[in-house]
Amino acid sequence: MKKYLRILWLALVLFFIYVPILMLAVYSFTDATMVGTGIGGLSFDNYANLLKNEELRSMISGTVLLAIVCALISTVLATFGAIGAFYSKKLPKTLLNTANEIPVVNADIVTGFSICILLIVIMRVSKDTFIPLVLGHVVLTAPFVYLSILPKLKQMDNSLYEAALDLGATPAQALFKVVIPQLIPGIISGFMLAVTLSLDDYFITTYTKPSTFDTISTYVVNATKGGQTEIKTALWALSTLIFLIVIAVVIAMNVTASKRARRAGK
Amino acid sequence: MSLRFNRKYLCIPYAVFLALFVIAPLIVIFYYAFTNGEGNITLSNFIGFFASTNTLGTLLYSFSLSIVTTLVCLLIAYPTAYILARSNFKKKYVLLMLFVMPMWINFTLRITALKEILSLIEGNISLYPFLNSVIGMTYDFLPFMILPLYTSLLKLDNSLLEAASDLGANKFTVFLRVTLPLSVPGIISGITMVLLPAMTNYVVLDMLYNSTYIMGSLIGGYFSAYDWHNGSMISLVLLVIIFIVTLVTNRFSDKDANQRGSIL
Repeated sequence: MKKYLRILWLALVLFFIYVPILMLAVYSFTDATMVGTGIGGLSFDNYANLLKNEELRSMISGTVLLAIVCALISTVLATFGAIGAFYSKKLPKTLLNTANEIPVVNADIVTGFSICILLIVIMRVSKDTFIPLVLGHVVLTAPFVYLSILPKLKQMDNSLYEAALDLGATPAQALFKVVIPQLIPGIISGFMLAVTLSLDDYFITTYTKPSTFDTISTYVVNATKGGQTEIKTALWALSTLIFLIVIAVVIAMNVTASKRARRAGK
Repeated sequence: MSLRFNRKYLCIPYAVFLALFVIAPLIVIFYYAFTNGEGNITLSNFIGFFASTNTLGTLLYSFSLSIVTTLVCLLIAYPTAYILARSNFKKKYVLLMLFVMPMWINFTLRITALKEILSLIEGNISLYPFLNSVIGMTYDFLPFMILPLYTSLLKLDNSLLEAASDLGANKFTVFLRVTLPLSVPGIISGITMVLLPAMTNYVVLDMLYNSTYIMGSLIGGYFSAYDWHNGSMISLVLLVIIFIVTLVTNRFSDKDANQRGSIL
């Protein structure tokens, strides 16, 4: 009896989480313009529109490109930042850790607004250069990369670095061939986290983006206010595609993780 | 002194970056909050904030909305995380994934989906602004509450629970006196993940019914009006709130569990 209650609770929460997403997915394959109306016929128009519409296409590719570029910059900056901080004395290390913590606990809207004031209002950097936007996204994502690398540094076997130096490697060689390879899992998960944070961001983007550029978030918010049903239903298709991609990535991650675990178990 | 390569120099670019684009913007916010358009030092933004019934009302509404949202999230997330973490289901990690996966779908798209469903159920969703704001934000932030709770409940030492029941505590007492106190760090982490975003994420409300009421929306409004000084004042008020919340919660929170998306 109690077991059924537990399963019932989990099912209810899952129902709450997935009904909107799945309803949207079902209706994205029809020609209906409102969820809840009678399902007419099967139609792939929404998906065709998503591919055909120049505005939608460039918005999606722009969002993805921005996320990847910012995640790459963040990963490089924060990886070296974390390595450097790890070998620094206590005071600089504490200062760096504290400064790194600020964007993590700060509200995105305050981060975005403050960067907008410094770069755009005071330093008069044009929004159209994309510099404020990229910097804003790096501020948002780099601290999380830093945080995902720190634990790997603590687990690292320091004697390997010493051994490399004793065997004649220069410090730079030892860094790139011995230290960084040990950090790869942290670097990869930090990079992935940076990509997802950048893709999901709305506030920093709004306050720093060029007026002609839109990411998925800012585009969707404007589209819900507009009355174009063709765009609205094409976004249902986009939501469904992203959902499918997320499922695929999660499954792939689980499969590789369990493979690795099995190999490690041997 | 020759500048020999040393590993600690590697952090210089990142330190400079943080100083320029994290610390400096906050100093600028502080400066702008206490100056006017002519660059003179003034308290008028400060007084303007605390003397206006409009901004104070927004602050109050923001507080109540975020507290209710946080409580609702906690009430849904705690049993969920508890069942997931304490079950003997073999692949509980996969099950957890089902609960947190939506957080990787762009939140504006998720809110679009929710809006369609709410309109379907309620007809005119602007009739229940507070209720729908709570539903919208709960829908958005729930995974961020489940994750830290799950992490801290998973770490719970089983032998403590067994010891408590061996010593005669019934199941309810075990939960109240052992499980709940030990999961406080997870609860605190979850609260910080939800409370602050619920005060600032005005987009959820904006998308649901084109109207705005909360602290974040004030910044958005001043941004659209190019009023940097009053916008900075609101940001400063938010910063102070965040600072206080962080000070309080840092003492209790679970260091392993308070990262956004720490599951990756």
